[in-house]
Amino acid sequence: MSLLEVDNLHVQFPTRSGVFDAVRGVSFSLGQERLGIVGESGSGKSLTGRAVLRLIRPPGKVTADRITLEGKDLLTLSERQMRKVRGQQISMVMQDPKFSLNPVMRVGEQIVEAYTQHTRASRREAKAKAIDMLEAVSIRDSERVYRAYPHEMSGGMGQRIMIAMMLIPNPKILIADEPTSALDVSVQTQVLSIMDRLVQERGMGLVFISHDLNLVSAFCDRVLIMYGGRVVETCRADQLYNATHPYTRGLLNSLPRLDSPVERLQVLQREDAWMDSDQTSAGTGSA
Amino acid sequence: MNEAIAGYANGAGAPATDFAIEIDGLSVWFGQGRDRVDAVKNASFDLPAGSSFGLVGESGSGKSTILRALTGLVKTWDGGLRVNGHDLGRKRSKDFYKQLQMVFQDPYASLHPRHSVDQVLSETLSLHKFNNINDRVEKLLTDVGLGPQFRFRYPHQLSGGQRQRVAIARALAPEPSILLLDEPTSALDVSVQAEILNLLTDLRQEKNLTYLMVSHNLAVVGHLCEHIAVMQNGVIVEVLPVEEMRQLKSSHPYTQNLLQSSLGFVRQ
Repeated sequence: MSLLEVDNLHVQFPTRSGVFDAVRGVSFSLGQERLGIVGESGSGKSLTGRAVLRLIRPPGKVTADRITLEGKDLLTLSERQMRKVRGQQISMVMQDPKFSLNPVMRVGEQIVEAYTQHTRASRREAKAKAIDMLEAVSIRDSERVYRAYPHEMSGGMGQRIMIAMMLIPNPKILIADEPTSALDVSVQTQVLSIMDRLVQERGMGLVFISHDLNLVSAFCDRVLIMYGGRVVETCRADQLYNATHPYTRGLLNSLPRLDSPVERLQVLQREDAWMDSDQTSAGTGSA
Repeated sequence: MNEAIAGYANGAGAPATDFAIEIDGLSVWFGQGRDRVDAVKNASFDLPAGSSFGLVGESGSGKSTILRALTGLVKTWDGGLRVNGHDLGRKRSKDFYKQLQMVFQDPYASLHPRHSVDQVLSETLSLHKFNNINDRVEKLLTDVGLGPQFRFRYPHQLSGGQRQRVAIARALAPEPSILLLDEPTSALDVSVQAEILNLLTDLRQEKNLTYLMVSHNLAVVGHLCEHIAVMQNGVIVEVLPVEEMRQLKSSHPYTQNLLQSSLGFVRQ
């Protein structure tokens, strides 16, 4: 059974020059797998992630035929009930740890807070759990990090702390919005393998939002490619290099590659038809 | 390969050197006493005129600091810096900035939000005492593939890629022979990155420019540069030609590590 079902999701923002459709009819389902969402900036990939958690503020408007978490309708929940879903059942890791950790609170307290918000654990229990969690994300000096402030941490360390914080309430789904794009390549792989291990151990569903095609094809099981607020193609991640949609092909060809040098890179030629044509599928989706 | 570049013929009237940039034992530090941080330690490399050289390494390794010391944005440095055969002191003359210009990482931050494209370019041109500024602005915009219709736009009316083109046009305005590129595409989408990289390739051919580029993306550096220096903790650990990098032939473990991680995520 799938964990999350999204059917015909729309996100709209009213502007002075009419309504802007940021996400236009996105549908997908997520099981215990790693689902990648790729696209350029402005393709609506991050908004899709946020809309699932109902984090879009007015005047932005979210409509969908269906958003269900294990059969439970998320669209009809009250704001109070929704707060129980966020963190506890679906949590989200944002792009830059510098902006998503509280700068005036010690790291440990922030993790403890995330835990005690959702459980009735005592402080002592919560602290033990937080230290365990810090060790689970491969932080060696967990006692010291527990007492440190976020500014004393490097980017990779900060992102691991974010992951620890998001996984401590044991959610069923993790939405990771460009979790590694603020990090160096060498740290990137470390953080990804930690996330990969934890998601696998806990049998969670992962939505991995990224603009990096190489990364997504190596890291995910299935990929949605978004353009102009729509999913233009869905394919198995290992089949991404055989993708058929001209947009996906264009993106892949515009990447410089170390192993195959070219004199000039191919430039993406955009077509208006991509905005409304129906999606194609390459490979057989395993959903 | 190395000799081929070193034997680059120089145009008549140029100073008696084949090197555009010579860096000899450069050290850069910040702070003093107990707070002193050595950002670059004893770095040395040369760029033949017309070549393209890349600096890679993780953040904090000192690669951007080398560019900032060259442009004179950092004063606390020691060692030998030569540009087109002239020794550089602490102060840089206007003449220096006619030879060397820099393009910064974030096109959203490097353009004045309340100056139109026309103002940005004409100001640079008039500072360098050029005449017929009007024609030159149009020429610059055409050179970077924008066209004169962008002339009176403000930065907020441009996309990231268009802004980076304006930043490149501004750098080209004093007609320099050397461009320093500090992560010129890392704030851009891959499709736009391809456009900017192609533009840089074309400009280099047309104007016979020398590039010194900093990036953390090995594929981007490999695409644009012939030689690559790998930096770690302020030290250049290895300089290698791009062919060797493509074949993953590197002697230093840190370079190997960097190459492995840039090839992508591998599941254990």
